[in-house]
Amino acid sequence: MNIVIASGKGGTGKTTLATNLASYLALKHQVILSDLDVEEPNSALFINGEQKRQTEKFKMIPKWNGECTACGICQEVCAYNAILQLGTHIILHAQLCHSCYACSELCPIDALPMEPVQMGLMTELKTPVMDFIESKLNVGEEQAVPLIKETTDFIQEQYADPVIKIYDAPPGTSCPVIEAVKTADYVILITEPTPFGLHDMSLMVGVVRDMGKPFGVVINRYGIGNDDVLDYCKKENIDVIARIPNEREIAETYSRGELLFEKFPAVKSALQDIERHLFSLDLGGKS
Amino acid sequence: MKIVLTSKGNDLDSMMDPRFGRAECLIMYDDETKQHVAFDNTESGNAAHGAGPLTAQKVFKLKPDVIITGNGPGNKAAATLKIANISMYVGAGNMTVNEALQAFQQEKLQKIEL
Repeated sequence: MNIVIASGKGGTGKTTLATNLASYLALKHQVILSDLDVEEPNSALFINGEQKRQTEKFKMIPKWNGECTACGICQEVCAYNAILQLGTHIILHAQLCHSCYACSELCPIDALPMEPVQMGLMTELKTPVMDFIESKLNVGEEQAVPLIKETTDFIQEQYADPVIKIYDAPPGTSCPVIEAVKTADYVILITEPTPFGLHDMSLMVGVVRDMGKPFGVVINRYGIGNDDVLDYCKKENIDVIARIPNEREIAETYSRGELLFEKFPAVKSALQDIERHLFSLDLGGKS
Repeated sequence: MKIVLTSKGNDLDSMMDPRFGRAECLIMYDDETKQHVAFDNTESGNAAHGAGPLTAQKVFKLKPDVIITGNGPGNKAAATLKIANISMYVGAGNMTVNEALQAFQQEKLQKIEL
């Protein structure tokens, strides 16, 4: 079962929910938690584990060998302007390259062979109750998608059902989130009951609907703002599967890097609501 | 000498566009014939990625001796222009194209290393 926790808006509680839900479910089930926010992963702050392994991750980028017939095909086929032909000189902007291989394959004199370039690190940790995997993009690297894909591919190969796989997705609604959501059997959208939370959640609802993924909503910091998120979900026929109350003490505990569900019955009860919901869905057979 | 300027319009009274990659227009001026030609650059300017190198390539094809702009290029455009061996002068962002040409002739603009 692959559960992706996403939000649209940043700071609504993706990491709070991912780390607590994973740790809670790990009391009864086999669980792996993964932080896919590879630009600034932070789930590890809440996970005390022992490092098992660290692996360098690579993406494929063309490298010019210095020859050019000035045909211009490479730059014509590049949708991202990553490759420019100036006379018989080729300039490559590796940060814009999406590793599609088109320039490399179509070059009539094979002057653009693809080469691996290191883009980040994947770290595997083991805690007493579960496994944890986080990937981190190198500083200056612009594209998160290839590293997210490498990470989810690794997890799919390494962990078969019935392991519950929980993914902390990046914020926003752009390519990195799409890549993270591709893996999902179920998406939990966590939001806050504010106009901003509602707006960005509604964008994310569009994304998961387009991708054909089943999903439900968790409202964090319940009690602030207004009822518009609830009204929206009712109107759109979306399950609100749990509510986490707004309490200063919860925020303080989070800020110390501690898990919440053992200390706050309201959080534990929200996690139980989510657990019941997930196991009522019959997602386990899919991978 | 051929000079390319980044501008917001297609004549010499237009304001300069301080941006390089996303400049609205490129004006090529010949200081011997005093003639100019304007090229629309909105297509490169609206590119989601790589507007800088794309505009730099357009400039490369015009083969000028000098580029005059406002803020100067980003890293990717600079890497492209370096190969083209064109001198670049900046600081003309708040001038008209005519004023920028005068300032250049009076050596009031700053040349930058690419």
